[in-house]
Amino acid sequence: MDERTSVATIVARCQALYDDLDFKAVKAWKAAAPGRRAIGYMPIYVPRELVHAAGMLAVGIFGGGDQLEVIQGDAYYQSYICRIPRSTIELGLTGRLDCLDGMLFPSICDVIRNLSGMWQVKFPGKFVRYVDLPQNYDDAVGGAFYRSELAKLMDELGELRGNPITDGELRASIAIHNENRSAVRALYAYRSEKPWQAPTSEVYLVLRAGMVLPPDEHTQLVRDYLAATEAAPRAKRDNARIVLTGAFCEQPPLGLIKSIEMAGCYIVDDDFLLATRWLQSGVATDGDPLEALASAFLHHSVSTAARYDMRREDKGAYLLEQVRTRRAEGVIFAAPSFCDPALLERPMLQDVLARHDIPYTAFKYAENTGQMAPIREQAGTFADSIKLWNAA
Amino acid sequence: MSPVAERQVVKENAMWLQKELINRNYRELATARETGRKVSATFVPGNLNELLMCFDFARSLPETNALQNGLRKKSGKLIMDAERDGQSEDVCTYVKADLGMMLGGEVGPTGEALPRPDVLLLSYTGCFTFMKWFELIRHRYGCETVMLHVPYQGEGKVSPGMRDYVVKQLRETVIPALERISGKRFDIDRLREYMRESQKAEDDLVAVLQSAKHRPSPIDGYFGAVYYIGPIFTAFRGLPEASEYYRVLRAEVDERIREGKGPVTPDGDMGEEKYRLVVEGPPNWTSFRDFWKMFYDEGAVVVASTYSKVGGVYDFGFRHDADHPLESLAEYCLGCYTNLNLPSRIDMICRYIDEYQADGLLINSIKSCNSFSAGQLLILREVEQRTGRPAAFIETDLVDPRYFSAANVKNRLESYFQMVRQKRSAQVH
Ligand code: SF4
Ligand code: SF4
Repeated sequence: MDERTSVATIVARCQALYDDLDFKAVKAWKAAAPGRRAIGYMPIYVPRELVHAAGMLAVGIFGGGDQLEVIQGDAYYQSYICRIPRSTIELGLTGRLDCLDGMLFPSICDVIRNLSGMWQVKFPGKFVRYVDLPQNYDDAVGGAFYRSELAKLMDELGELRGNPITDGELRASIAIHNENRSAVRALYAYRSEKPWQAPTSEVYLVLRAGMVLPPDEHTQLVRDYLAATEAAPRAKRDNARIVLTGAFCEQPPLGLIKSIEMAGCYIVDDDFLLATRWLQSGVATDGDPLEALASAFLHHSVSTAARYDMRREDKGAYLLEQVRTRRAEGVIFAAPSFCDPALLERPMLQDVLARHDIPYTAFKYAENTGQMAPIREQAGTFADSIKLWNAA
Repeated sequence: MSPVAERQVVKENAMWLQKELINRNYRELATARETGRKVSATFVPGNLNELLMCFDFARSLPETNALQNGLRKKSGKLIMDAERDGQSEDVCTYVKADLGMMLGGEVGPTGEALPRPDVLLLSYTGCFTFMKWFELIRHRYGCETVMLHVPYQGEGKVSPGMRDYVVKQLRETVIPALERISGKRFDIDRLREYMRESQKAEDDLVAVLQSAKHRPSPIDGYFGAVYYIGPIFTAFRGLPEASEYYRVLRAEVDERIREGKGPVTPDGDMGEEKYRLVVEGPPNWTSFRDFWKMFYDEGAVVVASTYSKVGGVYDFGFRHDADHPLESLAEYCLGCYTNLNLPSRIDMICRYIDEYQADGLLINSIKSCNSFSAGQLLILREVEQRTGRPAAFIETDLVDPRYFSAANVKNRLESYFQMVRQKRSAQVH
């Protein structure tokens, strides 16, 4: 096998990108041509197509992980607030995000919402925008509002680069992101089909690389990974197939994902890094591109705690669908400590699972959780009980 | 009647009227099924009381129920019941106090059973937890929810697009749903009528809150203000009874200014005014009296607070406008305190410190309320830097008694007052 495309090489590259808290890849991308800009964004979803259409790099900022020493950030957040805002502000205050020319804060929860204002205060002169996402799913109401928000962002990004973004540029970006979405969908489908060939500790890194790479380069990386891993068969284990949910914002440390797998679980679906597959289908590349993005958002978004479910019966339907289509045998609820959206959503989802006789287990984590033994034990017991259940 | 007797009556009137209003509302809720009335539940920030009244709903406000249960020291058990039922220890305790109350047969704070709402009007101004709160109730009890999405003032202003979005939702989603559920047709003139009444109460409330600019302040703009905002932030705004309450209250406050009196506290008139503070953050309800006493015992009066703006920032000019009813409802929702971004909140606090000649800022950080708490440490630094006045930070909870440590709070307050004194003597020299 070609050295450059072996699984180990690809994963090592992704791991290096993941470990790099100085965003050297972003700096290198900017340095490769004059006038290039990069715009950061936080979970859960922003229309990255607009950033790309402006010729800029959209960079996903997912906190500091377990390697960043948070010193200043703790002076900005009480102990009873999750970790991601404090490590993000630490990244900002220590100059690690200086390579970003702006930041987008989507509407996910009160913490990120307030962080958008903190960014305005602490980093005056930077381009900072709060991206409101509609909770009304009627095209003429929520759709019209969202379209106007998108148009505003498009104008502002155009201003930032010095000339307006054209509809043609935006359509081209949509097409590039459609390709990326389809590659990521293929990656998820493959993992579900052969989880022993695509362990989540690798899939996660491959996905995470998409937070700092241009979309076309990331698409290629995903495809290379799929080809490389398919070419190198690995041993199949008798693991329990599980869906992991609740980790849509602050990310668990990689060690936690590995621990779950080592404990005997195959993660066959999850809600990590949702921005990469928020829109579940392709976005139209003809007609009004803003309309197309708005319509895809209204009608083809994934379901997550930060989005309102219009009807009671919608609650949990997406999770059940994940379980069904991925042939999962159980669900692991993994949520960041102090995460109101995930933790308030959890009892409702658990109730839906219980009514469908789907086993689940639950725990909390922080991005810098160090002690994995309890989680490994809990996941191991859960995997064993699923196997017993199935044998019975 | 002698002037003394008249004054006595005026003072008693305001308090009596307020109590009567609240009790009447709980009675209306408790008897709603017998009287054939439909019941709505909605939240304080951005509440559409005038609109709900157009459909004759009996009106319940879950946060008010939670805080009333907190004041009556019932919330601790309710929260633990909700946690036993599967709610996380990390989340908002208002939600858990409410869910705990529903689990316990929905016996309200006054001991009367509250009926299950026919509609949960989810206008989640300024806090995402509201959305989960009603989803949780809907999930358990099947009540219908109606969403009114109020966009956030991320850039510190309300754009026409934001306002149009809210108006459109009112027209196309909210009003038709309320018509269907209540079986009553919407009459915009009735709405206008209520809004005219709201405006009168709003004018008087602002006069009451701004009376704290006097020295000594005749009111406490935090502990006292939570009583004053009660009727207008909840089920009464738009009713003539509420306007009457504010008229009487304003007269009472004017009288105290004439007499040079400070605020009325649970222990009677406050003594000498020694410290004038601005407070950010909601109060603690489970030890409300003890908490307040730590202030008035030291001669500290709160001259302005952000919490008294959660149900509307009226002091910067907003009034319900009967000539543009739906647009005005939208602007009301968009303008509530928790819908303001951090820079606007900082500006507002600095302005209060200046206009109310305050000695400094005190932040009461609520353990389980991300909406208020996330960012407060930055607010503290910025305000200190911009005003040169000292700021202090205390941590409690709204309705979870486990997170109120009287000794800690008292210590913090004492060192804060000492800091204020030092600052003053430094200025003199
Ligand atoms: S981890 Fe949860 S509470 Fe924290 S910022 Fe993310 S969504 Fe908000
Ligand atoms: S989080 Fe705060 S603002 Fe939101 S519902 Fe709870 S107490 Fe109210």
